[in-house]
This record gives sequence, C-alpha cells and structure tokens, in this order.
Amino acid sequence: MSHSAESFANREYEFGFVTDIEAESLPPGLNEDTVRAISQKKNEPEWLLEWRLRALRRFLELLEEEREPTWAMVRYPKIDYQAIVYYSAPKKSLQSLDEVDPELLRTYAKLGVPLEEQKLLAGVAVDAVFDSVSVATTFKAELEKHGIVFCSFSDAVQRCPDLVRQYLGSVVPYSDNFFATLNSAVFSDGSFAYIPKGVRCPMELSTYFRINASNTGQFERTLIIADEGAYVSYLEGCTAPMRDENQLHAAVVELVALDDAEIKYSTVQNWYPGDKNGKGGIYNFVTKRGKCAGRRSKISWTQVETGSAITWKYPSCILQGDDSIGEFYSVALTANHQQADTGTKMIHIGRNTRSTILSKGIAAGFGQNTYRGLVRIQPKAEGARNYSRCDSLLLGDRCGAHTFPYLEVRNASATVEHEATTSKIGEDQLFYCRQRGISEEDAVSMIVNGFCKEVLRELPMEFAVEAQKLLGVSLEGSVG
Amino acid sequence: MTALLEIQGLRAEAGDAEILKGVDLVIRPGEVHAVMGPNGSGKSTLAHALAGKPSVRITAGRVLYRGRDLAELSPEERAREGIFLAFQYPVEIPGVSNLYFLKAALNAQRRHRGLPELDAMDFLSLAREKMKLVEMDETLMNRSINEGFSGGEKKRNEVLQMAVLEPTLAVLDETDSGLDIDALRVVARGVNALRGPERSLLVITHYQRLLEYIVPDVVHVLAGGRIARSGGKELALELDDRGYGWVVEAAL
Repeated sequence: MSHSAESFANREYEFGFVTDIEAESLPPGLNEDTVRAISQKKNEPEWLLEWRLRALRRFLELLEEEREPTWAMVRYPKIDYQAIVYYSAPKKSLQSLDEVDPELLRTYAKLGVPLEEQKLLAGVAVDAVFDSVSVATTFKAELEKHGIVFCSFSDAVQRCPDLVRQYLGSVVPYSDNFFATLNSAVFSDGSFAYIPKGVRCPMELSTYFRINASNTGQFERTLIIADEGAYVSYLEGCTAPMRDENQLHAAVVELVALDDAEIKYSTVQNWYPGDKNGKGGIYNFVTKRGKCAGRRSKISWTQVETGSAITWKYPSCILQGDDSIGEFYSVALTANHQQADTGTKMIHIGRNTRSTILSKGIAAGFGQNTYRGLVRIQPKAEGARNYSRCDSLLLGDRCGAHTFPYLEVRNASATVEHEATTSKIGEDQLFYCRQRGISEEDAVSMIVNGFCKEVLRELPMEFAVEAQKLLGVSLEGSVG
Repeated sequence: MTALLEIQGLRAEAGDAEILKGVDLVIRPGEVHAVMGPNGSGKSTLAHALAGKPSVRITAGRVLYRGRDLAELSPEERAREGIFLAFQYPVEIPGVSNLYFLKAALNAQRRHRGLPELDAMDFLSLAREKMKLVEMDETLMNRSINEGFSGGEKKRNEVLQMAVLEPTLAVLDETDSGLDIDALRVVARGVNALRGPERSLLVITHYQRLLEYIVPDVVHVLAGGRIARSGGKELALELDDRGYGWVVEAAL
C-alpha cells in the first residue's frame, strides 16, 4: 500500500466513517459535484447554485495560482483543500458526559456552566427534560409579533428568498478574498436576521437560541439586515469551549444597516486553541463586514477572541451613508502557541462619517498577537473622523505583540488619530496584589481584566461577566 | 514575651549585589520599631525581604514570624497571615478600581482565616469609616488603583488599605517621603489608630519628623547592610542632629 493510501485509510478509520453516517456525508474534495450536492441537499433555487458555482470557479483559480494569503503574521502547515469533507451530517452525539475530555469539563466547572448546557456544548445527547425547543419557540413567537425574521440561513432561503438574493454578497462579494470565496462556494448554514423598518428588537438575538447552530460551525454564513430606523443587538458564540472536529473554519458575516439603523454585533470566540504544546486547535479564518448603507446608521463590532490556534479576522465597516458611525472593540488573547492576526478596516466614504477603534491584545506563553487595521478616508468623506487606540500587554518574555496600522487619508478635512502602547505585566504589579493577599492567578486575571475593561463594558452585561471569567481561565498556568 | 518577628543573621541579594549582610532584629507584639539609615543602606530591601518580593534572594539566615519560618510562605500567604507592607512607590493598575481591589484583598484574607466574606454593603460601610480616618475622597476610591494619584494620595491610599486590612505586623517603607506636614499628620493618625497590644509596626524612614507623630519604642540604624546601632526614641533626635556619619564610622 502506498504511503498516501495508507494514511487515507487510517484517516477514514480515525473519523469513524461507518455505514449510516457515510450515507449523509460527501466524499472529500472540492469540485462542481460537491457544490451541486450541497445546494441540492438544501433545496436551493437556481440563482443561489449559480452564485456558489461562480465562487467555486474563482476559488479553484485562486488555488491554482497559489493565492492563499500569506501576509498575516501566522504560521501553519499547508492546508490540502482537496482532502476536506465539505458536507457531512451532524456528528454522532456522545452518550454521556463520561465520554467527554475531563479537561473540557474542568473548564466548564470553572466557568460555572450548568450541567445541561455542558452537555449541549460537549455534544452529548440531551435528555427530554432540558426543553431548549420550548425556549426557542417562546422567543420566536415574540419576535414574529414584531415582524422580525430570525432563522437559519437555509430557512431564510426558503422563507424570504428575495431578501437573501438582494443582500447576499452585497457586503462581502464571493470574490472578496480567498477564504470568503471558499465559504461562498460551500457554506453549510448560518444565521439570518431581518429587522423591519422602525422596529427595535426587544431582545438580544443569539445563535444560542437557534437549534442546530452547533453543527454549522465550519463554513458558517450569517446575514443581518436592519431596515430603516431598526435596532438589533446580536450575540454570537459562547464563552465555554465547544467540541468540534473540524480544524478549518472559514465563516462569512455580512451586516447591512439602512438609514438610521443600528446593529451591535458581539462575539465571544472560544474554539479549541490546541494543547500546551501547540498541537491541534481550530484555524479560524473569518470575513466579517458591515455596510452602513444608510445615513446616520451605525454598526458596532465587539469581540473577545480567546480561542482557536489561529485567528485571522478583521470585522470591518463600510461607512457609506453620510453621518454613519463604525466601531470596533476588541480583546484578543493568545496563550501557549496560539497566533492571532486581527483588527479592522474602517472605510469612510460618506460625509461626516466617524469611526472608533479600540484594540487590546494580550500575549502569554509563546503566543503571537498582531493588530492589523486600516483606516481609509475616501476623497468625498468630508469631515470624516477616526480615533484608534491599540494596546498590547505581554505576559512573560517568549510571546510577541505586533501592531500594523495602515492609514490612507484622501480628504484634507479628515481627522485621524492613532495611539498605541505596549506594556509588560509588571512584576511590581503582581507583587503589589500578592502582598495584599491576592493569589498570583487572581492577580493576573485582575490586571488583565483591568486592561480590557473599556472593551468588556461594550458587551451585554451577562456576556461581559462570562468573558471576564474566560480571560482568567484562558491564562491559567501562563505565569510563574 | 515571645517575639512576633525575629530576624536572625539575614543576608539577602537584590539585583547582582548583596544588600543585607547579616541583620538581626526582634520585634515583640505591640512594639513600634523605627529603622533609619542613609540611602542605599538596605532599608527597602529589608522591607521587601519580609514581604517576600521574588526579586530579593535570601542567601543566609532566617526570619521567624509567630515562630514560623517565612521562607515557607508565599507573599500572599504572608499577607493573609497578617504581614502588611506600605510601599514606598505604590504601583498603578489601570482599569482595576481601588475599592474592588481592596474588597478582593480583604476577602482573600478573611477566607484564609475562616471568616465569612464581606458583601458589597458591609465592605462599603467599613471602607467609608476608614476613608474618613485618612481623609480619603470617595471619588478617588472608584478610580483605578493609584492611577493619576498625587504622591500624597498614593501614600494615603496605602494607609487606608492598612486600616481596612488590620495587619498584625505593618511595615511602612518611607511612607512619609514626599508628604507635606498636613498629609503627614493624617497618615500618622491612621497608623496610630492601628496601634494596639497585639500589633507591631516597623517604620522605615529617613527623617526624625515622622517619629514625632508615630513615637517608636526602639530606633535602629541600618548601615552597610547591618544594624549599626539601636537605641530609644532619643537616638532618632541625635541622628537628626548629627547625621549618620558617626554611626556608620563607629560600626566599621
């Protein structure tokens, strides 16, 4: 048996491709058949299939020309895109928490995750007592009363195809970048939300309340539209680490805000970061972009990124409408061997557009943390203003923090400010805390949370409390 | 009476240099000891050694606190056992409020002693009472630790923390430096309020002035890493008058 055939055979065994599951999964590889099969399984209209196929052709070209981006400060072994399974049925559930990695369970305990939720996150079959369905239906009824559509992307394609057709790819075109193009060809599912004119969404929308969300992680596609005067706050993700066997993630999120609309998008990302030696972990290549299409519209991104082996992510705002506002608040933490290259793009097109960037990077262990941000003021953006601040905190002397701010100002009336600081968590600060009776770990967690405070307070209350705990847990063992 | 603190032949290094070259000192419960001495004589290193600062390496001798060898205890354990250091240069910690920090410290110590933690309300009324004692403005307490504080405010904050934590052994490292006379009185009042038969103080200072307000039982002169002379409170006056030269010479 040749070497590659042998490893292929082992691989099949490793992933447990047994009879009934195999029937629900496509063979590995990326070609027209793969895309047609995905589209067919989702019963998609012809235009969507065509769109996917255009993306596929583009991606295969990029692959051929070896155009996978290399400019980010991240290192990883070459990905074989033809060896990936692009569609598989939901993973087989585990039968009980006994089958779950004890390390994961310890983390849940430290974060105070309730038992039934632990099962959901770890992929254990949930018993009938925990009726998440009824919670979801209650929410759905409330949302429908306001005319809000909130459903899976696949459902949206069936329920409101016109909206999907109008806005899909309007912010992130299928040809946007390598990973977005891949996503456009093979995206499996994701979330869709539409907030009608003048409606203020009465609750935070969260994927948590959408069933099946846990199996759409790999190539997720999200589209949120806030019509004129609408407001919505959307929470993505989960503070507890999630079980996931797919190493490559390439999600796309598109936001559209019309006149006077506001979208607040909050993320806590805690995918598996790999072990202490840098083995395993998720590669997270995400394209997130919002378009402030209308006048006086506002899009605000808040992210706390503590997971994944590699994070490649730049939630951005296109400030097209006059007087529109873009905000980016970020905490990115890299411990052990994690690498993050993250930041934002603020593209000022309309007059009197304003943007704020506040980035907090924390590196510990061998972690590498890069802020990369672009502020572009277009010629017609009279009176545009931007304020950026990037702070980095280093724990130990084997980690790294890097800052790459790009400023392109093409209008003389614009005001652009940039500040950056790098500091080391001081021995003196730690000693001060310990001298008052606070343990070293609590002291680190306290100092790091203090460092991130301005970002954390942008998160919805409940999320903020969990994010604080998460920062502490993620840094355990990083000092001393 | 058994000693609260017993320093025996203590030698210690900070950086590349040996700073303490055999310090002996005994403090009994209720006593106030002053340590004076010229710059670079090792006063701050002594304070750091007692508190367990990681960058100070003990090379010989030992320190017994309530009969226990301090070498066995981490800095936080020493604090929870009642050792408090008022820092000469209190650090700033951005984004962490003074009140939050102090509550976390107090409750860490209470847990260690098997006492119930104070909730926000009880803590606040305790903190307010002590703030009055050191004339500390409550708006300062809601700000980040020492951030944007004047030199005097930082020192007052140290004394406030001490008043709330009620240590058994308080080490004051040049708490008087940089204070005007009014601030000095306030700080002294806070320190004196803590005095009692069970509590001891080690007051490190350059100047006799502080000792007019916090009257010591014993005065030591630290010179060249050793206690060069000890005496009653009148020794401080003599030093103020004659300087350190004669003590240092006599010790050589």
